[in-house]
Amino acid sequence: MNDIAPLAVPPEQADAPRPKITARNINVHYGEKHALKDVSVDVPEKGVMAFIGPSGCGKSTFLRCINRMNDTIPICRVTGDLRMDGRDIYEPGLDPVLLRARVGMVFQKPNPFPKSIYENVAYGPRLHGLAGDKTEIDEIVVSALKKASLFEEVKDRLKDSGTSLSGGQQQRLCIARAIAVRPQVILMDEPCSALDPIATAKIEELIDELRTNFTIVIVTHSMQQAARVSQRTAFFHLGKLIEDGVTDQIFMNPRHELTRNYITGRFG
Amino acid sequence: MAGLDLTGRIGGVDVSIIYFSLLLLMSACAYVLARGRAAEGARDRSFHSRPTYHGLLAFSTVALPMFAVFVAGAFLTQLVAERQALAALDPALVADSLRRGAALRQIADILSGRPVSGDVSALAAAVDTARSVRQIAAAAIYALGLAAGVAGLLFALRRITPDFKARNSFERLVSIVLMLCAGIAVLTTVGIVFSVVFETFRFFQRVPPLEFLTGTHWSPQTAIRADQGGSSGAFGIVPLLTGTLLISTIAMLVAGPIGLFAAIYMAEYASPRFRAIAKPVLEILAGIPTVVLGFFAALTVAPLIRVAGQSLGLDVASESALAAGLVMGMMIIPFVSSLSDDVITAVPQSLRDGSFGLGATKSETIKRVILPAALPGIVSAFMLAISRAVGETMIVVMAAGLAANLTFNPLDAVTTFTVQIKTILVGDQEFDSAKTLAAFALGFVLFFFTLTLNVIALAIIRRYREQYD
Ligand SMILES: Nc1ncnc2c1ncn2[C@@H]1O[C@H](COP(=O)(O)OP(=O)(O)OP(=O)(O)O)[C@@H](O)[C@H]1O
Ligand SMILES: [Mg+2]
Repeated sequence: MNDIAPLAVPPEQADAPRPKITARNINVHYGEKHALKDVSVDVPEKGVMAFIGPSGCGKSTFLRCINRMNDTIPICRVTGDLRMDGRDIYEPGLDPVLLRARVGMVFQKPNPFPKSIYENVAYGPRLHGLAGDKTEIDEIVVSALKKASLFEEVKDRLKDSGTSLSGGQQQRLCIARAIAVRPQVILMDEPCSALDPIATAKIEELIDELRTNFTIVIVTHSMQQAARVSQRTAFFHLGKLIEDGVTDQIFMNPRHELTRNYITGRFG
Repeated sequence: MAGLDLTGRIGGVDVSIIYFSLLLLMSACAYVLARGRAAEGARDRSFHSRPTYHGLLAFSTVALPMFAVFVAGAFLTQLVAERQALAALDPALVADSLRRGAALRQIADILSGRPVSGDVSALAAAVDTARSVRQIAAAAIYALGLAAGVAGLLFALRRITPDFKARNSFERLVSIVLMLCAGIAVLTTVGIVFSVVFETFRFFQRVPPLEFLTGTHWSPQTAIRADQGGSSGAFGIVPLLTGTLLISTIAMLVAGPIGLFAAIYMAEYASPRFRAIAKPVLEILAGIPTVVLGFFAALTVAPLIRVAGQSLGLDVASESALAAGLVMGMMIIPFVSSLSDDVITAVPQSLRDGSFGLGATKSETIKRVILPAALPGIVSAFMLAISRAVGETMIVVMAAGLAANLTFNPLDAVTTFTVQIKTILVGDQEFDSAKTLAAFALGFVLFFFTLTLNVIALAIIRRYREQYD
């Protein structure tokens, strides 16, 4: 296990479309713990990229680097070069608050605000002044809820608390909340972990629809889901990026032994 | 009323101490015996409950009956001894309630060997009667108690069988004991409320409620004059109400914002190190005796305000609502800040993450997510602080004076409910004068006042609560 040599694809590779996000030699430490080791990867613009890998390998950690959510963890230290549209995300002049408005996030655990369903979705648009008046906000809320395929279930109870929803409904509410801000990049950390197959299919439909305009990064533990929704896939293992490339190639013909074992379910 | 001590002394040791030592000893033996027997039995067969539960149950079947015997015996002894002693006394003395009370007190003193003043030879017969009643009673209590303990032990040992659900029985026992404790707490509260209500009712027989509630003049001293009825005394509480409101408002204007903002700073912005130092220091402030704060208010703050006021051309009384309110505000800052800090920190990090993840700044997150989520706790912190302010006496006595002025000018001297209660009850009082009873009426109003505050707070919480789970 010690001689794992990461086989990251060079960014100049021909089949890669223009990258939205480029990461070079990202290292993350939580105090003493070295959680990400020399991760270099490109996330293509207007497409879906899936991060897969066994639990605890650093997928969420990498996701949180992209919108600088790791700033909120005092013991967390991030080094390396991470750029969006060629601009260094960690440069001192950059305001992480503005970055996060452009890079939305759906968290691994659903975390609706203890406000009404309506207020949960209206939260972001109100903050950023995306809507001039009440009717505009109404429109944004309804369309976001519809896209997250939650609207039909909650249209009669928009005033109810978001925390009164079921786990799967909460997850979709958090998706609606994130897309209501109209970010350029959406980071989804296991957005379907609590969803039934029908809701999952609807979310995957949504992801497929969103990718024409947005860049999407999705963490998932479901190989099938990664194969269905993503164009590119990256495999993480013990804090290292083992390999990344076109999804079909990763699943049909992985270059690395570890990837093959993981995909075929021999460990993880 | 004065009564007779139940248990005297045997060889200089308090009888009850001997009894309770015996109780503990026997219960402990029962525990050891029962546990041992159950453990032994469990070697051959599997028992429903672990030996410890059999032991604990045996402990309680010995301790509880013995305790019950003692309590019931003490109560009965008291009753019988008093009756018998009175029967042995001169009927003329018994008929006079004051002298009867004094005689009973003296008998009790003699019996417990305390020095008694005056001539008590007339009481000798009664003392002897009471003493013999008590000796018989003590013997009976011992005999009955021991019997109950032994019976309990035998009962417990007999019940140790593989199928006996000692674990479940113990669970039931625990819930009963807990229920009794809760019942005592509730009953005490109800009792206090009833006694206050009762005395208030007596007060209202002397002073009409309407006059009490709407009168604008407070001066209870005049009511003492025998030639005037209670109704001609001045018992209007409006000045007290305005005084209390004025001082509490000033205090909350100081403590509310400062306490809340300090809590927000400590919970959300300060480094863990600063927090670790600042929080205990603030809590020390809560521990300063209010007498000391009252001193500070009267000797430091009040003169400062006076000087400042004079330089502005204002006429400031040497005792002012402002001085008392400011210092009281200082006193309750820790109540607001410490509790608010706790509830703010208790808001889950995931809610902060959710808000930051949508591109909110720290202050937006605090305003729109954290404070609404922490609101119920913050409101209770404020309520507690207000109750403290309304109930505070020493600072007001020292800094705001005793003058019942009907004013909203913070530079005047005012007085409050609590200060008046204290003033009325200090020194020897006739118990059923309107003046003394007024203290109970004031207490009742105060109680009603805080109750209303609590109801309002509950309503606020229910209306605006944003419950996270
Ligand atoms: N806040 C934190 N403090 C300390 N260590 C952390 C923290 N968050 C994550 N880690 C550690 O970093 C490593 C990577 O964690 P991460 O959450 O990124 O894993 P993951 O790949 O998302 O796993 P999963 O699939 O279970 O969500 C783990 O070993 C974890 O223990
Ligand atoms: Mg994760």
